[in-house]
Amino acid sequence: MFMGKRWRWLVAGTLCLLPSAIVNAAETGLKSASTFLSEDLKKREADETANPGMLWVIEGEELWNKIEDGAGKSCASCHGDAKASMKGVATRYPAIDPASGRLLNLELRINACRERHQGKVVFPYESEELLALTAYIARQSLGMPLKVNTDGAAAPYYENGRELFYLRQGQINLSCAQCHEDNVGRHLRGDIISSAIPAGYPAYRIEWQTLGSLHRRLRACSLGVRAIQFPYGSEEYLSLELYLAKRAEGSHIEAPAIRK
Amino acid sequence: MALVPARVSMPSEAKKGDAIEIKALVRHPMETGYRVDSVGQPIPRNILTRLTVTYNGVRVFRMEMHQGIAANPYLLIVLRANKSGELVFTWTGDQGTVITERKTLTVT
Repeated sequence: MFMGKRWRWLVAGTLCLLPSAIVNAAETGLKSASTFLSEDLKKREADETANPGMLWVIEGEELWNKIEDGAGKSCASCHGDAKASMKGVATRYPAIDPASGRLLNLELRINACRERHQGKVVFPYESEELLALTAYIARQSLGMPLKVNTDGAAAPYYENGRELFYLRQGQINLSCAQCHEDNVGRHLRGDIISSAIPAGYPAYRIEWQTLGSLHRRLRACSLGVRAIQFPYGSEEYLSLELYLAKRAEGSHIEAPAIRK
Repeated sequence: MALVPARVSMPSEAKKGDAIEIKALVRHPMETGYRVDSVGQPIPRNILTRLTVTYNGVRVFRMEMHQGIAANPYLLIVLRANKSGELVFTWTGDQGTVITERKTLTVT
């Protein structure tokens, strides 16, 4: 009788534990840097009329419709209204470009289009124009979950990216994971470490006082651990970008986000 | 130069006597003049020094800005809507910068 009562309690306890364990798993999931922003900055990020990144989005919209003199075509000449045709596109990048077989992120994809179809020279990486167009296209997927493809030709890139993420680098001898997995939510100087979710980029970073690409952000991390800074658009950062996107699968696009 | 220097967001209609919120965001580097470039040459100061807002030709707001203001200044202004008319936002600054944005307000 006594034992039976105890057993009942044990069963009840286990039943209580089950749902809370699920909640805990969700809580310990990846955390976007947006969740660590101050209340004021969160409001600014969410308010289209106050988010400074929207200045680039507006510029991007003008560029989208601007007819280039090379082939006499704008982005809209082929793709139509970006609000429909570009919806969800940012969630799938980086992706393998079927024409070249190479992995391209959104920035490089825009430049490939410019070269092939508009007869124009590419925008330099990190130029205002490329940031503006990238931000405009990424904005069309606002709130949609990341879902990149890592099969087939993308698989080796994904593996390289994963390796880079766990590789101890630089004079300080730190891997990405040692901060962005082991110490998420803790302070690193003036900021709080996030889970390294790439969904907010291009992002308006207060440290930069401007909009910047994910590769600029990755270069900042490389510099921080005194490791080799790879060039913008390099295969190393593209692979890492793909790994980060797969790792954060399901995270919602926040571009252009505000970062500290 | 940026294609979109300024973005002013405000309601286009208001009831007489209501206070309306105006959000003014302008794209500007606000270069302080204290920095040097990668080869050690000083970067000349390039900041916005003043924002003036007129409402039907009458100045209703003026703000002086200095090097301490961050890039892409953002401002929230509250204005009492009295009569229909035009609001003109004018930012002036170094190197002859003048940025103007116009908005019309209908007061019922």
